[in-house]
Amino acid sequence: MINHYFYHIFDSVTLARYIKLELNNMAKQKNVLPGFNLTLGYTLLYLSLIVLIPLSAAFIKTSELSFNEFWSVVTAPRVLASYKLTFGASLIAAIINAAFGLLTAWVLVRYTFPGKKIIDALVDLPFALPTAVAGIALTAVYAGNGWVGSLLEPHGIKVAFTPIGVIIALTFIGLPFVVRTVQPVLEDLEAETEEAAASLGANRLQTFTKVILPTLWPALLTGFALAFARAIGEYGSVIFIAGNVPFVSEITPLIIITKLEQYEYSSATAVAVVMLIISFLLLFAINGLQWWSARRNGSLY
Amino acid sequence: MANTGISQYSSYHNKVSRNRATSEPAWIRWSLIITTLVFLSFFLFVPLLAVFTEALRKGLGTYIIALTDSDALSAIKLTLIAAAIAVPLNLVFGVSAAWAIAKFDFKGKSVLITLIDLPFAVSPVIAGLIYVLIFGLQGWFGSYLSDHDFKVIFAIPGIVLATVFVTFPFVARELIPLMQAQGKDEEEAGLVLGASGWQIFWHITLPNIKWGLLYGVILTNARAMGEFGAVSVVSGHIRGLTNTMPLHVEILYNEYNYAAAFAVASLLALLALVTLVLKSIVEWQVARNASINEHSN
Repeated sequence: MINHYFYHIFDSVTLARYIKLELNNMAKQKNVLPGFNLTLGYTLLYLSLIVLIPLSAAFIKTSELSFNEFWSVVTAPRVLASYKLTFGASLIAAIINAAFGLLTAWVLVRYTFPGKKIIDALVDLPFALPTAVAGIALTAVYAGNGWVGSLLEPHGIKVAFTPIGVIIALTFIGLPFVVRTVQPVLEDLEAETEEAAASLGANRLQTFTKVILPTLWPALLTGFALAFARAIGEYGSVIFIAGNVPFVSEITPLIIITKLEQYEYSSATAVAVVMLIISFLLLFAINGLQWWSARRNGSLY
Repeated sequence: MANTGISQYSSYHNKVSRNRATSEPAWIRWSLIITTLVFLSFFLFVPLLAVFTEALRKGLGTYIIALTDSDALSAIKLTLIAAAIAVPLNLVFGVSAAWAIAKFDFKGKSVLITLIDLPFAVSPVIAGLIYVLIFGLQGWFGSYLSDHDFKVIFAIPGIVLATVFVTFPFVARELIPLMQAQGKDEEEAGLVLGASGWQIFWHITLPNIKWGLLYGVILTNARAMGEFGAVSVVSGHIRGLTNTMPLHVEILYNEYNYAAAFAVASLLALLALVTLVLKSIVEWQVARNASINEHSN
């Protein structure tokens, strides 16, 4: 990293001393690296133009409605049914992902089996696969004539075009979150604590529930919250498999789209504002969880 | 998506050999492995396989016709255009934001980081809606734009804007923790030796962050090419003009033209698989660099 031409003037010892002296001087001053105003200015400008001002448009548009109008739009029976489905299905999907995500992370970190590396890489598929593709693929598999659907249908289980289909799609798109938040914590877990628990007479199940699980808890909760937050706003993977029957399998993002297509901009925006507020609250909760998680894991060492 | 960054992959140490006290009996081990594989099969492997089987169900001829159809080709072109604009814009923003946040201390930094994350928390449908409110016919600039005969909504600029919004945080999210971990000692040493700001960036910072940067670009590109909800709201679905690949898939599917829909979908699935391979290569590189650094210290 050191520029060669300086060697003409200084020998390396003098140079090192010079750098150290200068760095100490810098430490006393505030900060001397260039570009602060430029980069922060550009960051704030770009953030405002792309994100903040457009998002504020949603709130400004809603203020055109009186509170009573707003309230009757966001509590209309069909909209209420969509909240119930969106939040209920997201919650169930996030719970499924918490359980199986923990299991997947455990298996990937602790055990060896053929094809493990490929499976580890494929866990990220829901991040990489476009949601529309996921939607039609899941529909093809879980429809009555699909590979899995045709096995379930004779038992009276209909997946596609029912709320169960919504849960399947939301489980798919949330799948990587819990795995990827729990996996690194599990990797960093010291074997010594488990050995200590075993030597003190704990059996494997006790060690897991009393020693390992408490350490994983913040990461598990963070992954759960991320999967839940992602599921609430999801659109592409759901609309194909859901069938979109009003009051039964119609998610809230679809309500917004339907209102937009009927040029009901203010009522579409009113529902959007309700979702935005919930999403922002979740974002703050997740940030808090991550801070807790980092502190918890940091204090282990 | 906040916690899936590259930083976690640099911790492949702690490979302690496990004895009987800290591992499970073989039958538990294998039943856990098999349960996991069954779960992943139902949710990942089978749907992925279905995309390619459905695409080729009517033979290779139909597959190729579906992909070389003029509407399909213009959808592919529009998808590439949107990604080609969105990725560089968010790349420059990500580097700039990471430089300001990681190398300097200022008030409100954590608020700024949270605000950068906002697009991840917003439903894609709402991401499209807000641009309709601004640039749509009844929007803030609606009458100005129609007077000057410039279309944003139901046209390419709207699609690009929506794509930029949904891929906004990816590069910044990768670089901020990476650059914070690296500190600023090397940059300051460069400064002492008389390097200019650009020289410091090109010769010191960039080589240090290149893998994280690449990782961010790969994720941004995958999302940019695959975005559906946000683009769907602003596109207007005009065949051959404002349809991206995912929107073209939807139109074909709703016309019950399943073979063609899955043919275009299979291209997007291939893109996803390439993304995963590139991602694994970058992660492997980073893990290798980390272990080299560990050995040399």
